[in-house]
Amino acid sequence: MTASSAAPRARIHAGAHRGHPLWIVWLVHRLSGLALALFLPVHFLVLGLALNDPAALDGALRWMDNPWVKAAETGLVLLLGLHLFGGLRLLALEFLPWSPRQKTFAAAAVALACAISAGFLLSAV
Amino acid sequence: MTDDIDTLAVEVWRGDARGGGYVAYAVPRRESQTVLDVVTWIQHNAEPALAYRFACRVGMCGSCAMTVNGAPRWTCRTHVRRVAKAGRLRIAPLRNLLVIRDLAADMAPFFDKWTEAGGTFAPTATRDEPAAEIPPETPERAAADAGIECINCAVCYAACDTVAMAPDYLGPAALNRAWTLLNDARDGGQAGRLKAVSGDNGCANCHSHQSCADLCPNGLNPTAAIAGLKRRAGRAWLRGGA
Amino acid sequence: MTDIRLYMLQRISAMILAPLIVGHIVTMIVAVQDGLSAAEILGRTQGSLWWGLFYGLFVAAVSVHAAIGLRTVAFEWLKLKGRALDMLGWIVFAGLLALGGRAVAAVVL
Repeated sequence: MTASSAAPRARIHAGAHRGHPLWIVWLVHRLSGLALALFLPVHFLVLGLALNDPAALDGALRWMDNPWVKAAETGLVLLLGLHLFGGLRLLALEFLPWSPRQKTFAAAAVALACAISAGFLLSAV
Repeated sequence: MTDDIDTLAVEVWRGDARGGGYVAYAVPRRESQTVLDVVTWIQHNAEPALAYRFACRVGMCGSCAMTVNGAPRWTCRTHVRRVAKAGRLRIAPLRNLLVIRDLAADMAPFFDKWTEAGGTFAPTATRDEPAAEIPPETPERAAADAGIECINCAVCYAACDTVAMAPDYLGPAALNRAWTLLNDARDGGQAGRLKAVSGDNGCANCHSHQSCADLCPNGLNPTAAIAGLKRRAGRAWLRGGA
Repeated sequence: MTDIRLYMLQRISAMILAPLIVGHIVTMIVAVQDGLSAAEILGRTQGSLWWGLFYGLFVAAVSVHAAIGLRTVAFEWLKLKGRALDMLGWIVFAGLLALGGRAVAAVVL
């Protein structure tokens, strides 16, 4: 079965089954999860500075006042919101009785994530 | 658009498991023409050696599925009008399966996975006993009903990106079949079936892309069936521990 | 690939994380308003049993969740298999648990 990844397959299919809204929210969930998982160690290391080097932590926090860093933080909150609400959508899809309104739920998840990151940006500036 | 032209520009993938490429054909446009009509015209008039599958031509047998302009379709009931783009058609064998020749994909892994997923009915009574009464209003019967009209065309399997990424994954059709049987009060093989769909290649791999539900020609929803399996298998895991 | 055990651990950790993330986001929005400083953060968290439990549980759940998620991505996108795949999952889990545990200790103790 692994052989089904043989050469001819890759070249003959354009992949028009992709790109519908529910496929896109899968990709968003995966990429946001990936980005958050890679960010976590950095986050933990910065907080860990409080243990031995509080001055360095203050330095890092001052660096975060930079508007570009604030924008990046807002991006992280957006990713967290997308992964949170997208994940709640998946939990509902899998554990609650099936609803035909999957695209509505996906849109609502994206809207909530945008609202939360906008809220963060407004209080951060 | 496609309705007021008299010739279709059709590209058909020709080759075998070692490789191949698209060959262009000009096919006369007809009224109410299906994609299968186009392929048949090519075989009758331009390329007698063209390999493809079909049997019933009325959406019953599930043997004529191909990739049409990038998406899997049952070709006998897919009208050219609906899928041609500016009079152009690109036809290829089904994705996620090996090619045997031209438009004929090797369906063996697809059907093997049906068996692997516990897709065989395990009877608990003989023909000498009275037929089981299954009230149509029970939730189990309703759940089975929702998935039972599968014609094994493999459109969902070809549309599934989880199968593309994890080639041993059982896939939407086999798991949908397992779900219908799991809701069949007459079946005696539930423990083995639940184990089969709970394993490494089972329902837990599904990412709910819902391309299967999007493209199923019979309007079935394998994603919903797999969600049902996840609930049953998950509950069994919670009760039985690891 | 993912069996039902990994799937359920992924979903259970997600259910634990969901309310914790809401709490974390609210805290962030409130805390960021007057600018962040080490003194401000530590003033809130140091010696607090509740923040210790909150973020301790957060770290434990996120370590499980991210380890299973990255394992799936490594299988599907990087074609990692077998023991290497399971090792990756365990390394991510242990690494996040250690770093996260240290971070919680740093701000709570």
